[in-house]
Amino acid sequence: MDGLNIPLNHILLVSSLLFAIGMLGLMIRRNIIFILMSLEVMLNAAALAFVAAGAHWGQPDGQVVFMLILTVAAAEVAVGLGLVLQVQKRFKTLDMDHANRMQG
Amino acid sequence: MSETIWLIPLIPLLSSVTLMLFGSRLKVSQIGILGVASVGIAALLTLLLAVEFMQNQQVIQLSLWIWMEVAGFAPGISFYFDGLTLVMMSVITGVGFLIHLFSTEFMERDPSYARYFAYLNMFVAAMLVLVMADNLLLLYLGWEGVGVCSYLLVGFWYQHNANGHAARKAFIVTRIGDTAMALGLLLLFTQLGTLDIQAMVGEANQTWQVGDTIPLIACLLLVCGAVGKSAQLPLHTWLPDAMAGPTPVSALIHAATMVTAGVYLIARTHGLFLLAPTAMTVVAVIGITTSLMAAFTALMQTDIKRILAYSTISQIGYMFLALGVGAWSAGIFHLMTHAFFKALLFLGSGAIIHCLHHEHNIFKMGGLRTRMPVTFWSFMIGSAALAALPMTSGFFSKDQILLQAYQLPDIGPGLWMAGLLGALLTAIYSFRLVFVVFFGKANTEPDKNTGWRMAVPLSVLCFLAMVGGWFMIPVSEVFPASDGSHPAHWVEYVSISVPIVGVLLAYFIFYSGRLKIDGLVNSTLGKSLGQFWFSGWGIDWLYDHLFVKPYYGLANMLKGEPVDAIYGLIVALNQTFNHWLSVAQSGRMRWYLASMVAGLILVITLAANLSVGVL
Repeated sequence: MDGLNIPLNHILLVSSLLFAIGMLGLMIRRNIIFILMSLEVMLNAAALAFVAAGAHWGQPDGQVVFMLILTVAAAEVAVGLGLVLQVQKRFKTLDMDHANRMQG
Repeated sequence: MSETIWLIPLIPLLSSVTLMLFGSRLKVSQIGILGVASVGIAALLTLLLAVEFMQNQQVIQLSLWIWMEVAGFAPGISFYFDGLTLVMMSVITGVGFLIHLFSTEFMERDPSYARYFAYLNMFVAAMLVLVMADNLLLLYLGWEGVGVCSYLLVGFWYQHNANGHAARKAFIVTRIGDTAMALGLLLLFTQLGTLDIQAMVGEANQTWQVGDTIPLIACLLLVCGAVGKSAQLPLHTWLPDAMAGPTPVSALIHAATMVTAGVYLIARTHGLFLLAPTAMTVVAVIGITTSLMAAFTALMQTDIKRILAYSTISQIGYMFLALGVGAWSAGIFHLMTHAFFKALLFLGSGAIIHCLHHEHNIFKMGGLRTRMPVTFWSFMIGSAALAALPMTSGFFSKDQILLQAYQLPDIGPGLWMAGLLGALLTAIYSFRLVFVVFFGKANTEPDKNTGWRMAVPLSVLCFLAMVGGWFMIPVSEVFPASDGSHPAHWVEYVSISVPIVGVLLAYFIFYSGRLKIDGLVNSTLGKSLGQFWFSGWGIDWLYDHLFVKPYYGLANMLKGEPVDAIYGLIVALNQTFNHWLSVAQSGRMRWYLASMVAGLILVITLAANLSVGVL
């Protein structure tokens, strides 16, 4: 195997770092656009872990799942942006803390 | 005549039912005529009966029909008529008629005129059933009937809360005695197999010896009933409160007739009591204790009707004393004279209250001697009879009781002395009333005068209260004869002089003012004692704390349904958890996420720890 040989652990570390950043963003951010973006980061962190694992074991499955994740992310963004529009229309804001009418 | 005695209670009953059903459609005059005439006819029939009885002395036993028949128990609707019944019937219908007549004027302005006479007639009917009953069950029917009428009439002006309270008190307190009496009836029936009074007494004399336990228990249970109805210790507290009713009602029910039903019951079943000398002693002691207690209380009261109420309790105490010492006919004699003079006093007080804007406080009256002469003379005569001044009716009856009490071995002289003390107090409080109300300066002017419908009953009762002592009541066949011996003459002289001393004392204290008692009254001891007597020896207070308050406490506790509280707890727990959990449902996504992450971290940590353990 030629090229850059990065140990799996390092990649997994970057992946989990990305995941943590995404999750933190999800928890901290109030603007729904940033929430969606944080979600993307988390998805990509997971995708990175799959790719790295696939490369490590020399299996194609990792890349297959990566493709699946890309698709899911695209679909999610489509639905998510639709929701963003609706939220903006209804609440005249993108702050998700104001969109909490379900409180019961 | 003997076949138609059933008409006597029936006529007032029919009138009562008519007034209940059609009272609202009748005119005031018609209601009055119907109410008075029905009792008047009953009184006339009783008079005819009396005339017949005086001639042939014939006891009448009349069985109308069998009430019920269950396993050998067949009480009949049957009447028994002898001298004792005759005395009671005469008092009920005679005094009852006068009081009805008085009521027509007293209640004239009342919007519930028809209701009043309906109750009053029903009372007369029930009372007649009580005294004419041949068996104890029918007697019990009349007994409860008069109780109900008393309740209805005490609470007649039910718009005021206090009156309703007094009515309930009267009903509940007498019910305590009645329950004991019902137990007594059950005991007598299970032991003797019959409740017909004559047969029962005969059977009892064959079954039991003097001093046996069972007749003692039965008699004591009957005494409980009598004590409740006749307002004796310890069940007397209802009578002063029962004065909340219209005054003629107090005269008829709570002075002349119903409250003496207990005396009648004991006199009627005297055959049983002779088998239980202990029970008779109990009756005598109850009587004399009540008599003294009530006399002291009457001394301190300021409400004219409460004075008379306590004096009624006191006088019935004398009747109980008479029964207890075996002076049966003296007791019944005092019952009759008491009915005359106490009805007179009550009607007199009714006339005062009627003419003085419903004023009850004797210290706000005064100087009524010249303004209301008829009432003044009725009060003079009534009080003289109550105090047992010589030649009045009360003198003859009370004297008989005291003398016969004296002759009882062992406790006799003690009872006699206590009775004398009571007589002294009676004289003082009754003339205190007269001097305060009728002499001195006027504090309230009467706004109307008594009409003939008030004056006539008062005059007739005045006459009866004066000469009632000369009547010979025909009960010699009913009761065993007394031995006819007389105590020493000095005993008699003392008995006569004591009331006179009482009247003189009252004169010096409350009229001429020569005898100053202010120092005595205002001393610490005098004040607290006076307050103690005023409150009726604190018995109401005692019962309030002993029975009423704990009962209310219990009722309040049960009102909260303590058993339901267990299920309520489950509900409350669910609701609390629901509350907590619903707080978590804030609708804020960030919180959801944070909690999810926290949960995730927890699960992973746990899983990691566990796997370390497993490995």
